[in-house]
Amino acid sequence: MGGEGRPGGRTRPGLRTASSAGRRAGVPPNAAIGLGLLACVTAIALAAPALVPAETLDPTRVTAPVNQPPSWAHWLGTDPSGRDVAGLLAWGARVSLLVGVASSVLAVVLGTSVGLAAGHARGWLEAALLRVIDFFVVVPGLVLALALSAVLQPGVWTIVAAIGLTSWSTLARVVRAQTMSIEARPSVERVRALGASGWHVLGRHVLPALGPLVLAHANLAVGMAIIMESTLAFLGLSDPLAPSWGAMLREASETGAATAGFWWFVLPPGLAIVAVVLAFTLVGRGFERSLTVGLGGR
Amino acid sequence: MSVRRAASRVVGTLVSLGMVAVLGFFLFRVLPGDPVLTLTRGRPVTPGEVARLRHEFGLDRPLVTQFVDYAASLLRGDLGRSYFYDQPVARLIAERVGPTLLLTGAALVLSVSLGVWLGQWAGWRRGSAFDRAATAAAVVGWSVPAFWLGLLLLMAFGGPLPTGGMVTPGSDASGAALAWDVARHLVLPALTLAAVQFAQYTLTMRASVLGELGEGYLTTARAKGLPEDGVRARHVLPNALLPTVTLVFLMLGQVIGGAIAVESVFSWPGLGYLAYQALSAPDLPLLQGTFLVFSATAVVSNALADVVYRLIDPRLRGT
Repeated sequence: MGGEGRPGGRTRPGLRTASSAGRRAGVPPNAAIGLGLLACVTAIALAAPALVPAETLDPTRVTAPVNQPPSWAHWLGTDPSGRDVAGLLAWGARVSLLVGVASSVLAVVLGTSVGLAAGHARGWLEAALLRVIDFFVVVPGLVLALALSAVLQPGVWTIVAAIGLTSWSTLARVVRAQTMSIEARPSVERVRALGASGWHVLGRHVLPALGPLVLAHANLAVGMAIIMESTLAFLGLSDPLAPSWGAMLREASETGAATAGFWWFVLPPGLAIVAVVLAFTLVGRGFERSLTVGLGGR
Repeated sequence: MSVRRAASRVVGTLVSLGMVAVLGFFLFRVLPGDPVLTLTRGRPVTPGEVARLRHEFGLDRPLVTQFVDYAASLLRGDLGRSYFYDQPVARLIAERVGPTLLLTGAALVLSVSLGVWLGQWAGWRRGSAFDRAATAAAVVGWSVPAFWLGLLLLMAFGGPLPTGGMVTPGSDASGAALAWDVARHLVLPALTLAAVQFAQYTLTMRASVLGELGEGYLTTARAKGLPEDGVRARHVLPNALLPTVTLVFLMLGQVIGGAIAVESVFSWPGLGYLAYQALSAPDLPLLQGTFLVFSATAVVSNALADVVYRLIDPRLRGT
């Protein structure tokens, strides 16, 4: 290793996150790809009832033979009950997006409010909130969501609640730390000295400053929520009436499709999950990067 | 670690364990409204049978009394009786601990070695093609559901390698033959579990290597004439490894989640598969038992992460 440059060359301290982040300013191309992909999937999800009428997916009414490989009539073949895999895939996008987004909204609202409260409060309330946050950070999310959806009535909103209630804690921790640092800023101290109430400080100064951070986290949370939704569905916890990607894979596993080599309904649902999760992750990382630069390498 | 800090850590862990117990009670006794209705959902039962079951589970008594009984039996190590197996839950769980430890242990070794190796080179040569490839692999690995990856591996290697269980059914092999049989069954589930976990280690390792690059001690090491590989292996690695070591303990919750999915795909006879069976039955006492064990394990290992971090990082001693 001579003078042609040391691999671990010199970096100015404080530039560690910016080194990869600051390569490009504006919307990173990866995030743009992610946004484009999400737009397509959303369009398919919205158009699913028009493209694929629900009755064609009713197992009691289908006439197509079962386990057919892809053909012109069925682009992605048929499943073990003769339903069109491409149609199921389009309908599955509805559940994944709905559950992913709705449960993340729940998690973000919960995480932001608990985090704000914990960062603002002092004394026993702070201690109690911290303990609750720490507890939910530690308890395995899937295990808790599994228990919640097992004891409640099965349905889409049960899954939304189960995922939302188990994935707010990391955000709460981050929001708490940020709240404390924002409240310590001289500008906020000045506002307080002018007689502003705690609510005013939180609503007008802390919350707006938290915006980008929460947004970045929300995108990453949707990806995680979609994985969790599909895992719950795979384990048998889903709305039996709504086709979902996880439920398709459960069927594939239970009917031995994977070992039989029926790739046409093992591959597509999984690829769809990976694509959507990846899209949300790319968008989230895009936000996070522009944010880390903005915060001066938080 | 100061006595005061240690004490507060121990108390905090005990409080968390208490919260696990309360949550277990709340989830499985209070939230369902009536566990008997959940239990008998979709089965023909007479009102008399429902009343008998309610009495048997003590559901006709006040909640406070129920909770006291529940807490007392937890402290005795009694987790109730499985409906499905008609055996004590604690015994069923104890039987399944071994296979789960084997699977998660093997996956842990694989994912940590791969993650640390990829992460350190990606960080050291940041911006290079290797870095981009490793980071991309980690982000994709992070987006793949464990159970689907398991199905894919089943589809690809299900012929040459066994597709489920831990031993070949009906085989009476022992000694080396048994070990070989178990190892063959272990390959696919362990690979699956490792593949969905290495991402976390790669990204953490990369970030902590990047964090060390600007430090002054590297200049010193170079100034005394140490070759670049020496700087990396002797100075950067030990420091950058610290966050990764604690991550092993902090990730345990995710490992458990992954184990449930992977064990269900491969019918690996561990705790995760037991939870899946409890879910399918449905067998609420068994599900409650696995919930308590999983959560308590996560709480304890999280506390251990703190202890280990202090042990391996001399800078933190005495704080």
